[in-house]
Amino acid sequence: MADYNKPLPMPTPETQEFWDGLKREELRIQQCQDCNQHYFYPRSFCPHCHSTNVEWTTVSGKGTVETFVINHRAMGGWAEEVPYVVAVVSLEEGPRMLTNIINIEPDPEHVQVDMPVEIVYDAVTDEITLAKFQPVTG
Amino acid sequence: MPDSRALSHKVAIVGAAETEGLGKLPDTSMLELHAESALRAVADAGLQMSDIDGFATAGASPAQLTEYLGIAPRWVDGTSLGGGSFLAHVGHAVAAITAGYADTVLITHGESGRSRVGVGGGGGGSATPGGQFEGPFGLFGPPSTFSIPVARHMKDFGTTEEQIAAVSVATRQWAEKNPRAMMRDPITVQDVLDSRMVCWPFHLLNCCLVTDGGGALVLVSEERADDFPKKPIWVLGRGEATQHTNVSMMRDFAFWDHGALSGREAFHMADVDHSAIDHAMFYDAFSHTPMYALEALGFVEKGESGPFFAEMRTAPGGDFPMNTNGGGLSYTHTGMYGMFAIQESVAQLRGESGDRQVDGVETGIVHAPGGMFSLAATLILGNQ
Repeated sequence: MADYNKPLPMPTPETQEFWDGLKREELRIQQCQDCNQHYFYPRSFCPHCHSTNVEWTTVSGKGTVETFVINHRAMGGWAEEVPYVVAVVSLEEGPRMLTNIINIEPDPEHVQVDMPVEIVYDAVTDEITLAKFQPVTG
Repeated sequence: MPDSRALSHKVAIVGAAETEGLGKLPDTSMLELHAESALRAVADAGLQMSDIDGFATAGASPAQLTEYLGIAPRWVDGTSLGGGSFLAHVGHAVAAITAGYADTVLITHGESGRSRVGVGGGGGGSATPGGQFEGPFGLFGPPSTFSIPVARHMKDFGTTEEQIAAVSVATRQWAEKNPRAMMRDPITVQDVLDSRMVCWPFHLLNCCLVTDGGGALVLVSEERADDFPKKPIWVLGRGEATQHTNVSMMRDFAFWDHGALSGREAFHMADVDHSAIDHAMFYDAFSHTPMYALEALGFVEKGESGPFFAEMRTAPGGDFPMNTNGGGLSYTHTGMYGMFAIQESVAQLRGESGDRQVDGVETGIVHAPGGMFSLAATLILGNQ
């Protein structure tokens, strides 16, 4: 894993729990205790109602494909992956995340808007696990 | 002639606050420092964040902060004059508020100058929200980023790749009439679909050019406007808006809602309705961006832009002349093409567009997304 050659995130204090959660294979998302909405990405207040009364929760890791592209042109470590799917997934709890859909043919005949997907924990380095998604199995 | 004294004593500061902590704050990122300041200043004024309809900042971009704060201003200012930026923002806010561009302006500063938290680090922005939550997943500039929303439009409205390709075809027909256009050979819908795949659903001919070039504008007050060699082209309306910076945070992938906000501002100020518009310049970074513009501005209902373009109504001879210079797709695209969209609107309003001149143009609209759909801006211009 030391030779991972794609961009890596650098967590900040506000986002550390999200990244620590992925490393434990848990999807940790904040929920506003006033308006009850989940939100993503992490910050110290709810972007819907601006309350600072927010808590971390573990969510299901299930969702649907909101929209996607299939990229055919890339550089660096991504060049050897083309074509690959970049998608926005809507979690069951509401928030959306940008991600890759993996374990699927990178073809619009197979990838579909609104298709159900589930999280795959991709430990790309010792420190960083990325949240990717695949078609729901079983 | 307008005199700045008319704006004296017209605008007041009603909320002001700093972050609670100062000095060494290793647990707080740059964006959180902005946000804490914002929440405290708004509370100091006895207001809610939802009251904010004008926003200015420096250091971070206004788009980054409006996403982080969850606000949707209709006037934004990102003027960067270093440490003096915020003084300038206050001055600009006076003009904006007296002009009616915004009612309640928030200006923020936040900087992790000592602890350097969330300011990028060694990875070129890898600590920003974009660096953490989009960068790791293989986005490569506009072709893979600007295009993220369009699959949702295709799913919701049945928009087809052929309809999207028609935008490129109609625009090329205008470029054929423009000797300054880079790409002038006729193309068909099939040519677009047969061109190299860049990022599904976009082929090469769905993507704008990459060129060098520039443009500039000079504006004066009404009192002096008739003292120049060319007839004045009036700014009838303007709008602007931003709600997000990372494409995954776009609130509605099938409808450009802050594009709509920008358009409403422009139509309100110009006090004209859609039937007054004779000519359109809709920034075509990719062939879907004019489709989103057409719907956001209300020229058609949501989802109707696909059939509209497929009927070639924007091509020469059509009833909705659009991107008559050949657009970013075929004329030129330096990177920040909006200047060229304005130039063509002015040329059409002056009657200087040669073989591509549209008859009887009195009122034109220019509409642009910025930063992968993260911003929107609109002008309505007229020659009467």
